[in-house]
Amino acid sequence: MAWFKKARTPIAPPAKAQASRVPEGLWVKCPGCSQIIYNKDLATNLNVCPKCAHHNRIGAAERLRLLFDDGAWIEHDKDLVSTDPLQFVDTKPYKARLRATMESTGVKDAVITASGTIDGIETEIAAMEYSFIGGSMGVVVGEKIARAIERAIAKRSPVVIVCCSGGARMMEGALSLMQMAKVCGALARLDRERLPYISVLTDPTTGGVTASFAMLGDLNIAEPKALIGFAGPRVIEQTIRQTLPDGFQRSEFLLEKGMIDFIVDRREMKAAIANALRFMGGSRAAPAPAAAPPT
Amino acid sequence: MPLETLEFEEPIAVLLKEIEALTLLPRTDGRDREIDALGRRLESVRAEIYRSLTPWQRVQVARHPNRPGLEDFIARLFTGFVEIHGDRRFADDHTIMTGFAEYKGEPVLVVGHVKGKDTKEKIFRNFGYARPEGYRKALRAMRLAEKFHRPVIVFVDTPAAFPGIESEERGVAEAIAVNLREMMLLDTSVIVIVSGEGGSGGALGIAVGDRVLMQEFAIYSVIPPEGCASILWRDQAKKVEAAAALKLTAPDLLKAAIIDEIIPEPIGGAHTDPAAAARLVDDVLVRVLAEVSSLDSETRLGRRYDMFRSMGRIGIDFVDEGSPGSSS
Ligand SMILES: [Zn+2]
Repeated sequence: MAWFKKARTPIAPPAKAQASRVPEGLWVKCPGCSQIIYNKDLATNLNVCPKCAHHNRIGAAERLRLLFDDGAWIEHDKDLVSTDPLQFVDTKPYKARLRATMESTGVKDAVITASGTIDGIETEIAAMEYSFIGGSMGVVVGEKIARAIERAIAKRSPVVIVCCSGGARMMEGALSLMQMAKVCGALARLDRERLPYISVLTDPTTGGVTASFAMLGDLNIAEPKALIGFAGPRVIEQTIRQTLPDGFQRSEFLLEKGMIDFIVDRREMKAAIANALRFMGGSRAAPAPAAAPPT
Repeated sequence: MPLETLEFEEPIAVLLKEIEALTLLPRTDGRDREIDALGRRLESVRAEIYRSLTPWQRVQVARHPNRPGLEDFIARLFTGFVEIHGDRRFADDHTIMTGFAEYKGEPVLVVGHVKGKDTKEKIFRNFGYARPEGYRKALRAMRLAEKFHRPVIVFVDTPAAFPGIESEERGVAEAIAVNLREMMLLDTSVIVIVSGEGGSGGALGIAVGDRVLMQEFAIYSVIPPEGCASILWRDQAKKVEAAAALKLTAPDLLKAAIIDEIIPEPIGGAHTDPAAAARLVDDVLVRVLAEVSSLDSETRLGRRYDMFRSMGRIGIDFVDEGSPGSSS
């Protein structure tokens, strides 16, 4: 659970009582309600605060475990690696940044693509990994998602993409921009094949990811209070020179503006997706009777 | 309109001033010879400067206030332009302009960004930052072209899509995304010309086509150098370094197989001679349009898909470190 300790600043346990029983670092302060939560309670609750339902960010593998039946899946293209095509150097070389991030995250780029079943419906899922350079989309992310969509077309399966990204990866320049067109092109073919595509929007989904596949779901489903937008809030504030209203670019705002279909608590996400897939005909799965999901 | 001078064009401006001063004096043979000599010197200085522009200087040329834009190209290359307005949903965006016209006697649809030249126009055109309605209007117009089998000619010149509250409220991301999906399958010839600033998603949102051409001093980038500098270097002043690192020039994009062809510009850039710049665009456009239009729909759409699908090339831009064919 490395992602957990990195994402949240552990605080010291209260001086008395449990302090002796619980090792340090196992208490966290919820960013939603500021209450002190025992992290095992968070973990068993899919990293949703048991007190206020604040959705903490989770990793791509965790996401797949939560959606696929029996937490089982077949991963694809896990060894695709960017060559650093621009030989990009800012304050440090992109190549070094890539290698360091691979080591710290255990993945080779910012998305995991996999096949498995959701309530018995064979599905291709692409889940983005925010801890990998902000979940940014470069050539590898674009390629893996495009392949996942093409695989779905070949198998006549639905596609689910769990978005969690700051946008395009600057260090791959215009190539990363073009991944937007590449993935949307694959989605165009999926669409014409009348195969389902569900976009799951999680915190945060911004920039080039929002302006491409994130907004193109047959259904766009968001987690509560996720930041979802095109331009970053700071960029907008600089443009209009005023502070943004509370809740701007959050899931509830997008729902109000007509950009997403519904908001679902993470703990209900799998059931909501399965239900939607049944409406859309699932893969080869026949429309299921209300009781038993197809296998 | 006075020609604004970029910093690195100063030696050119000095010569121009000298020539102007001499032409104001009474004519003599000696003076004519002097003017001729200065004229030749001017050409060679201009050629010298423009032969070795840095990426940041190219950014400045691409953004030059006198650079010919969509309206110049419409006036010089097309006849009988009729502008069509509105997205039929909310409003008429003033940044993205579209309409039908004739090109070499054949009906075509023209669409592109307009930045505006003087202050009043710039405000009206929102400085080239399109709102969601612009992208939706563009798609509506392109659908019209598709319905009547007319080619679409796109001119791209925008810093970015408009980053504002109403843009977000009305779904600028969705508008761009839908265009990316629908343009991929738009069943008519689409030729894209990046003529100025190809500013990230705001540019790409009308830039999916059968051929992507780029004028010599245009740029195409995932983020403006200033934005990249402030994020990665935490210092806007590093825009010069960022411009170089982003590989946003036409030769860079050709090398990355993102564009098909570079359209040459007059020495000194399109802004020094808009008529010549338009002729150079014309030469390439007429040929490319004929090539693309000769293809049947299936071939054309197949190639369009393959072109974008192969952006990010295995073995070049990424590698598979697992065993080949391990994807299963
Ligand atoms: Zn809480």
